Amino acid sequence: MESLSRRVFLRGAGAAALVGGTAAAPPLATSAPAPAPAPPAYTFFNPQEARFIEAAVARLIPLDEVGPGAIEAAVPSYIDKQLGGAWGAGERLYRSGPWKEGTPSQGYQLPFTPAELFRNALRAVDSDVRTNKGKAFDALAPADQDAYLSELQAGGKDLAGVPSKVFFESLLAMTIEGYFSDPAYGGNKDMNSWRMIGFPGAYAGYYHLVDQHGIQFDREPISLAENNRREVHVMPEIPADGVYHGVDSEGHRHDQPQGGR
Amino acid sequence: MATRLPETDVVCIGVGLVGSMLGRELTKAGLKVVGIERGQPRFTVPDFQGPQMHDELRYSVRKALMQDNSKEAVTFRNNISQDALPIRRWESFLPGTGLGGSMVHWNGQTYRFQDSDFRMRSQTEERYGKNFAASDLSIQDWGVNAAELEPYYDRFEYLLGTSGKAGNIKGAKQAGGNPFEDPRSRDYPTPPMKEPYGSAIFRKAATELGYQPFPQPSSNLSQPYTNPEGVRLGSCMFCGFCERYGCEHYAKSTPQTILLPVLLKDPNFTLRTNCQVLKVNRDSSGKIATSVTYADATGKEFEQPAKLIIMGMYALNNVRQLLLSGIGTPYDPRTGKGVVGRNYAYQTMSAVQVFFDRSININPFMRSGANGTLIADFVADNFDHGPHGFVGGAYIGEVMTHGRPIEFHPTPPGTPSWGSAWKKAVVDHYNHTSVMSVHGSSVSTPANYLDLDPTYKDAWGLPLLRMTFDFHENDLKMSAFVTDKAHAIGKAMGAKQTAGGPRKGPYTITQYQTTHNTGGTVMGDDPNTSVVNRYLQSWDVSNLFVIGASAFPQNATYNPTNTVGALAYWAADAIVNRYLKSPGPLVPK
Repeated sequence: MESLSRRVFLRGAGAAALVGGTAAAPPLATSAPAPAPAPPAYTFFNPQEARFIEAAVARLIPLDEVGPGAIEAAVPSYIDKQLGGAWGAGERLYRSGPWKEGTPSQGYQLPFTPAELFRNALRAVDSDVRTNKGKAFDALAPADQDAYLSELQAGGKDLAGVPSKVFFESLLAMTIEGYFSDPAYGGNKDMNSWRMIGFPGAYAGYYHLVDQHGIQFDREPISLAENNRREVHVMPEIPADGVYHGVDSEGHRHDQPQGGR
Repeated sequence: MATRLPETDVVCIGVGLVGSMLGRELTKAGLKVVGIERGQPRFTVPDFQGPQMHDELRYSVRKALMQDNSKEAVTFRNNISQDALPIRRWESFLPGTGLGGSMVHWNGQTYRFQDSDFRMRSQTEERYGKNFAASDLSIQDWGVNAAELEPYYDRFEYLLGTSGKAGNIKGAKQAGGNPFEDPRSRDYPTPPMKEPYGSAIFRKAATELGYQPFPQPSSNLSQPYTNPEGVRLGSCMFCGFCERYGCEHYAKSTPQTILLPVLLKDPNFTLRTNCQVLKVNRDSSGKIATSVTYADATGKEFEQPAKLIIMGMYALNNVRQLLLSGIGTPYDPRTGKGVVGRNYAYQTMSAVQVFFDRSININPFMRSGANGTLIADFVADNFDHGPHGFVGGAYIGEVMTHGRPIEFHPTPPGTPSWGSAWKKAVVDHYNHTSVMSVHGSSVSTPANYLDLDPTYKDAWGLPLLRMTFDFHENDLKMSAFVTDKAHAIGKAMGAKQTAGGPRKGPYTITQYQTTHNTGGTVMGDDPNTSVVNRYLQSWDVSNLFVIGASAFPQNATYNPTNTVGALAYWAADAIVNRYLKSPGPLVPK
């Protein structure tokens, strides 16, 4: 099932890349059949949480003919690493009370770190779905999953202190981040999300192209964490703070732009 | 107990744009200058290099170059009836930190304000009468005019190497430039940037509608340039990673690429980084500043005595430091008395999306922070406000800066926010959408101000700055009027659809608008309505100069950085050529 779905997507991605093109697009690097990915190893989510996250993000960005879904883009793995790391622990978040609800224009005022927010909300969601639907979220039919996610988005549910709208918006934002961020962070697997929309990634510039109006840019995208064999090293713990320079598995720095592409 | 250090001639608090410029001018005058910077030292190499700098998640979403909220935040409320609460993560505006300050992560958009901006109160009353502007505006004149500042704008643009096309050289109109600009003494130092596709479509449509489009002046340079300090900059590569990023190409004018290579070699200049200034101390008269107290990275406190003190922090931090130091009378909105924190203003922003069909490849990722095309027909007082009932204006420009997909994946109104329909809409529009900015002015009002928060503290135990702000009806009317014009341009661009409403109240800190926070240490001719005189010198403490966008009495239509630079050279000139010869007030109180 997995590999069939993947072939459907890859045909779709190839077709999308040609739409509107004036020049013939080169064959996509990913058009060779690929083995089904190994199941992700989670360090933050427990198995029950992981089942919800996988099922939910697959509805937020489903696999279809247009392009990869959140599962194919490894979004659950991205979210897991973010919540288990500095971001999840509240990096760069002002965390002193007193805590007050505030007005909508005053923004986020809950005492939870992102990790705490997800933990509390996920436990409450699981209990809510089991109580009201008689089974876990991942066992619901897709249409019922969509209806439940829409309920969360509409707001009004209290998920162990987390308003459901806040949880939903956080989940959706992290899903989109994981879908479109550099694959160094563990999502956007094989850069297929970038390929789908035509974003080329971490290129150093387009000086010679910017005045060639309307051209079809069809070079392969590049990641900031590629080595010179084009392997992407997943380094999800890149902190927002502090000086960071990429070093590949052989100890080579790759903070120099690589030529030849 | 703070360790007392040997006296120096000058302390610059903050080593961003203003600290670098004043540091350079005052060391050149023979003074010993200590620059105290709260953040890290950082340089084009190794800190801003690709491909690591091209990390949207880290720099745009997680905001790695910005002031760390966990150490210093700002509290916010819309009006005094509410409790202000901390901005726990930045969204609406992004104050920077570290060597080079917020200028490291700017876009390079380099406009001059117009004479009518500097004379906003007089201009409005002369042209429309005393009762035209809403009665509850505190707009006022700056105490300087465009002709006085012209040599300083000119000098600053040549320091930056700004790329553009003059519209008016010594009174002679120049085809292709901004027809509304005040006379400039010479053309820009470098020619305009290459024009991207969306901007070219805008230019054609705006011309057809009878407007006068011109290239956006850019301090991401169109070609290599050596500035008068002997520092060499490179060409912009249109990589699409400017705002929120450092520039790897030495193409964006920042303290690192225009001044610091010279300043940091000067034995008269000492840079101290990771040092947080806690207070400016004064003598027993209260009229002379004697030293600053700061904490180093380990928390140890030092007292640095100095004969002259320059506050050159981000606008909000200039205001906060004056309040923390007890210098000047804090503004009280209940009585209207006091000046420090008065006339906080912002910018009134909206955007119009222009959706094309899939035959048009906009290639939004081939952009720079300042490489668009705009019109000034609705800027400031360039049009008759008589029928409209508001003051101020906005420019309309196709001035897109990037196509980074977490932030930029436009979909037409009515598209679901998730699911297959969302994804299809993203694919249909990502590379086929152009966005116009409607970049508007912001009036000052008695209700909008800055003071110290009574509850929330920073990592050093000092009160956070409290911001009380909402949009005045004047600016919402302005935004509605100009945003409507932008839709008409979008339709003329061949859009299958345009989208985007005018700015609406209440002001929210949950949505990025702009990092153009202004006012709070306003300049002017009257000590009852200003904190500093026309030379940016404190009315209360004559050996203290407070320089930055905090000096703006209200915010003009255009982006502020060029005016901050011009004011810094203007103040430096007054210090070197007048103040040092006879220290004391440059203007009698």
